[in-house]
Amino acid sequence: MNELAAAVPWLGKRNPMAARWLILIIAIVAPFIAWQFGKSWVRILDFALLYMMLALGLNLVVGFAGLLDLGYIAFYAVGAYTFAFLASPHFDVHLPFWVILPLGAGFAALAGIMLGFPVLRLRGDYLAIVTLGFGEIVRIFMLNLNYPVNITNGPQGINMIDPINLFGWDLSRNIQVTENFTINSLFLYYYFFLLAVAASIVFIQRLQISRVGRAWAAMRDDELAAKAIGINTRNMKLLAFSLGATFGGVSGCLFGAFQGFVSPESFSLMESIAVLTMVVFGGMGNIAGAVVGAFVLALLPEVLRDVAVPLQQTLFGHVLLDPEVLRMLLLSLAMILMMLLRPAGMIPARARYSHDHHLSNKLKQGGAK
Amino acid sequence: MITLLEARNIGKRFGGLQALSDVSLTIRKGEVYGLIGPNGAGKTTFFNVLTGAYTPDGGEFVFNGSELPVGKPHKVVGRGIARTFQNIRLFRELTALENVMAGHHIRTKAGVWGVLTQNRFTREEERLTTERAYELLKYVGIERFAEVVSKNLSYGDQRRLEIARALATEPQLLALDEPAAGMNATETAQLKLLIEQIRRDGITVMLIEHDVKLVMGLCDRVAVLDFGKKIAEDVPAVVQRNDAVIAAYLGGGKHAH
Repeated sequence: MNELAAAVPWLGKRNPMAARWLILIIAIVAPFIAWQFGKSWVRILDFALLYMMLALGLNLVVGFAGLLDLGYIAFYAVGAYTFAFLASPHFDVHLPFWVILPLGAGFAALAGIMLGFPVLRLRGDYLAIVTLGFGEIVRIFMLNLNYPVNITNGPQGINMIDPINLFGWDLSRNIQVTENFTINSLFLYYYFFLLAVAASIVFIQRLQISRVGRAWAAMRDDELAAKAIGINTRNMKLLAFSLGATFGGVSGCLFGAFQGFVSPESFSLMESIAVLTMVVFGGMGNIAGAVVGAFVLALLPEVLRDVAVPLQQTLFGHVLLDPEVLRMLLLSLAMILMMLLRPAGMIPARARYSHDHHLSNKLKQGGAK
Repeated sequence: MITLLEARNIGKRFGGLQALSDVSLTIRKGEVYGLIGPNGAGKTTFFNVLTGAYTPDGGEFVFNGSELPVGKPHKVVGRGIARTFQNIRLFRELTALENVMAGHHIRTKAGVWGVLTQNRFTREEERLTTERAYELLKYVGIERFAEVVSKNLSYGDQRRLEIARALATEPQLLALDEPAAGMNATETAQLKLLIEQIRRDGITVMLIEHDVKLVMGLCDRVAVLDFGKKIAEDVPAVVQRNDAVIAAYLGGGKHAH
């Protein structure tokens, strides 16, 4: 939150408290503004929040621990499918949300450790290739595990997944307040996801500014030196993979419940790359960066769909570039420009790994002498 | 005198190169022990084997009366051996303070649960870590740079920071790999004072160094390696006059002209 507030242009440095309130207010009123443009925009915001959670989790792996992971979406898939298996007519199991959520997170963490073990000795490009393969393996499993025993229902995916139900409160139902005023279910999901993202931010920030976060940063900056000061790099890597995966798993659970439908095509390599792009675009190793990157890049394709198509029609009379093609084109272009102009991302604020507030004061006093 | 570290017949081979052969030496508690020799003699390899970065082909280390684990750096640190590197290896993106705090890792316990809940134990431990790290920065004399990102520190200060980070692991034996490399005379003199201070505070120091003046002025005993073999071990004054040592450094004995 501090980091996010500091990232607010102009206001962030002058009045962090005001910046905090500003962020809070924007976060609360955002769906109402989106509502003015149509229901689908609130849905897009809901998805943006899920992407934020993914970006935060991936940032933990890539940004904090320096482990380049190109198969992160696999954990999202594990979470989503866990929810689909345990709360849909597919197996006719309908466990409550609060039971499935920790299970989904746990399975994803387990998958993270499964990925972590074989790649312990790999770095950089090699690590990226193996993780990419892992992501594809998970997707292909989901795609083909419908025969001889139908587990995942193959490419058709799993349908009619139960919505999120918080102790009997079904988030998928609109709330009828008065005769002509209802709260749409999309709003309920929005605020629920917002809480989840806020909790993720708090957790991840606490991790970052801690013994664990420093050990990750040390490992990222110099693995040999990290070993030489007694950091068990094997355990710290596995911890990073599993914790990062946990956020992916939770996000996947929410996704499955929110969408009501999961299929392997939601978890393609392009999605992994999109999430990584969000992290890099926002600023690697930086919580605010992950949040802003996810927000901007989740909204971008939707804005394109709404703007680019009519624009092309008025300009050329017909649609030259499909929005999906345009999305990849612009994403690539954005990345190239970022690498050239702001290689550290949109918010290259230096991450902190210690609470040095009282120390800062000490230093200032020392300097005044 | 009590023996702190005993190396017994340490051997290490890289392909066709015998980097260390049958190196045995004994370091006593409280001394400054120098390890010298020409380039490529195997000094740094010895450090790497000692600290678990490499696995030796033969031999063993006995530290404080029991054998050291092999090839497990973090366990060696846990037993009380810390090192610095010949080419400085700091955590570049972390501040000086955070580098030293990271050095406390092995002596602290906070886990994920404690961090997430920020329980009293974790907060207290974090506070202590910060304070001790700051004290160590003061100890090596760079506390005014506590909040400077370490890659921006001057060369001499980076060397000091590396020592502070190693000290943060609370070692009994501090292994310094060419700490004076690249330093000017003033910085070297200050470094000498620092090492003397470390020794006074009860930490045994093992030193690889090329600066002969520093080695002779600082070390209680010196071992000389040449082509992976120990060719001499004694007090500096004696080693200095050793024929084999002179030959190793000057390339040929006094009869070889």
